[in-house]
Amino acid sequence: MIQIKTLETRNLCESAKNGGCGECQTSCQSACKTSCGIANQNCENK
Amino acid sequence: MIHQYKLNGYNIVLDVCSGSIHLVDEIAYDMIAGYENTARETLIADLAAKYAHKTDPEELKQAYDQLTALKEAGKLFTPDNYQPMAGQLKAKTSGVIKALCLHVAHTCNLNCSYCFASQGKYHGDRAIMSFEVGKRALDFLVEHSGSRKNLEVDFFGGEPLMNFQVVKDLVAYARSIEKEKGKHFRFTLTTNGVLVDEDVIDFANRECHNVVLSLDGRKEIHDRFRVDFAGNGSWERIVPKFQRFVEARDGKGYYMRGTFTHANPDFLKDIQTMLDLGFTELSMEPVVCAPEDPSALTEADKPIVMQQYEDLAKLMLERDKEGRPFTFYHYMIDLTGGPCIYKRISGCGSGTEYMAVTPWGDLYPCHQFVGEEKFRLGDIWTGVTNHAIQDQFAACNVYARPECRDCWARLYCSGGCAANAYHATGKITGTYQYGCDLFRKRMECALMLAAARQLKMKS
Repeated sequence: MIQIKTLETRNLCESAKNGGCGECQTSCQSACKTSCGIANQNCENK
Repeated sequence: MIHQYKLNGYNIVLDVCSGSIHLVDEIAYDMIAGYENTARETLIADLAAKYAHKTDPEELKQAYDQLTALKEAGKLFTPDNYQPMAGQLKAKTSGVIKALCLHVAHTCNLNCSYCFASQGKYHGDRAIMSFEVGKRALDFLVEHSGSRKNLEVDFFGGEPLMNFQVVKDLVAYARSIEKEKGKHFRFTLTTNGVLVDEDVIDFANRECHNVVLSLDGRKEIHDRFRVDFAGNGSWERIVPKFQRFVEARDGKGYYMRGTFTHANPDFLKDIQTMLDLGFTELSMEPVVCAPEDPSALTEADKPIVMQQYEDLAKLMLERDKEGRPFTFYHYMIDLTGGPCIYKRISGCGSGTEYMAVTPWGDLYPCHQFVGEEKFRLGDIWTGVTNHAIQDQFAACNVYARPECRDCWARLYCSGGCAANAYHATGKITGTYQYGCDLFRKRMECALMLAAARQLKMKS
């Protein structure tokens, strides 16, 4: 049996539907201050 | 667009634009690689020949149909249709500021040669923010925050504890206006630890949403750069203070934040030191400096750093198993939550929703631009007056950088750091390729880690 396992993830296309609220944290405010990573930010509108 | 890679025994396929992740065996991995450019029957015949000992054409046909179903469900080979939305969030929130980095002290009690802020002075004179300037900065933030409730303020420097009384007075002022203004302030304090005492700890634990504590790891690594003005290392002085600080924090947010340089591309040893000292919330960042600086990371360092990132992810999985988990800032990815697509394509927010305030009240796009006079946006009394510069930052989204269009990691960095881009290329819409290479590696490791953890939870 060929294995294809799809993980549970947030669907980014679906996330486009509510328009974005902008309440989330500013990108490099908390820890790094020297790069931009947004993947580790929380959504505040869930 | 997809990105497929092998790491730690996993064959990982990321569907970039939907965010879907698939863990597959080697046959499906090869089939996905050929799916878009090879005819169905040819691909199945090729794979049947290659994997004759493992599978048969019937099974391959079923797998092919499974991939087609994933594509039709928007979970594989999803096209990037987001570009028209790239400026929408910034346009919608235009003029709204939600975070300030308050430079309360352009001075420092350490003399770290690798400091991007030139020992806290940002290439200028030493300066301390007065209460009046800080109060006006908080009022400015409230006035420009629109309907946003949570406002972020970072006390930064230099060393902010060299102006601790003003920090305390500003927090007291902010708390006094929160209710009336319908706002909530989240304060962060970034410190080198030298002036940490019980008073600081009590204050920070009461008032600060997060504290960022600067420690580079091993004593000899830390003390190579983080020395006082007499040249003495600071490790012995600050480590006991940080241990006490973190213990008293009792679960509230903190990061031990290290910097790695050409002196320690093998930074996992420094992370291990942090763990041995009892710290579990960790951040370790590549140094930001000019390429000719002796601390700058080199091309020869890069493979070492890449291996460290892989080994770090494996160490985290090992520690999970042992019931001793720890956090690495860049590996925090919430696969089922995380930011929406608007956030992911809008850019970092510097110069628009986020600004830095100098001790004398000038506004800059972020802390890394302070001291670069041409980037001065205005001041906290009259607001932004340099609209030409602000417009450049407002237009700075993931689609503004040609190099990002073909990069699989673009929805994880939103186009990267404008300051790094400027210092590497002279343009805020450039890309800092060395940083991009490291970022992509971090994301590969972070996604592997998140996938492994999700599998473990489900089993």
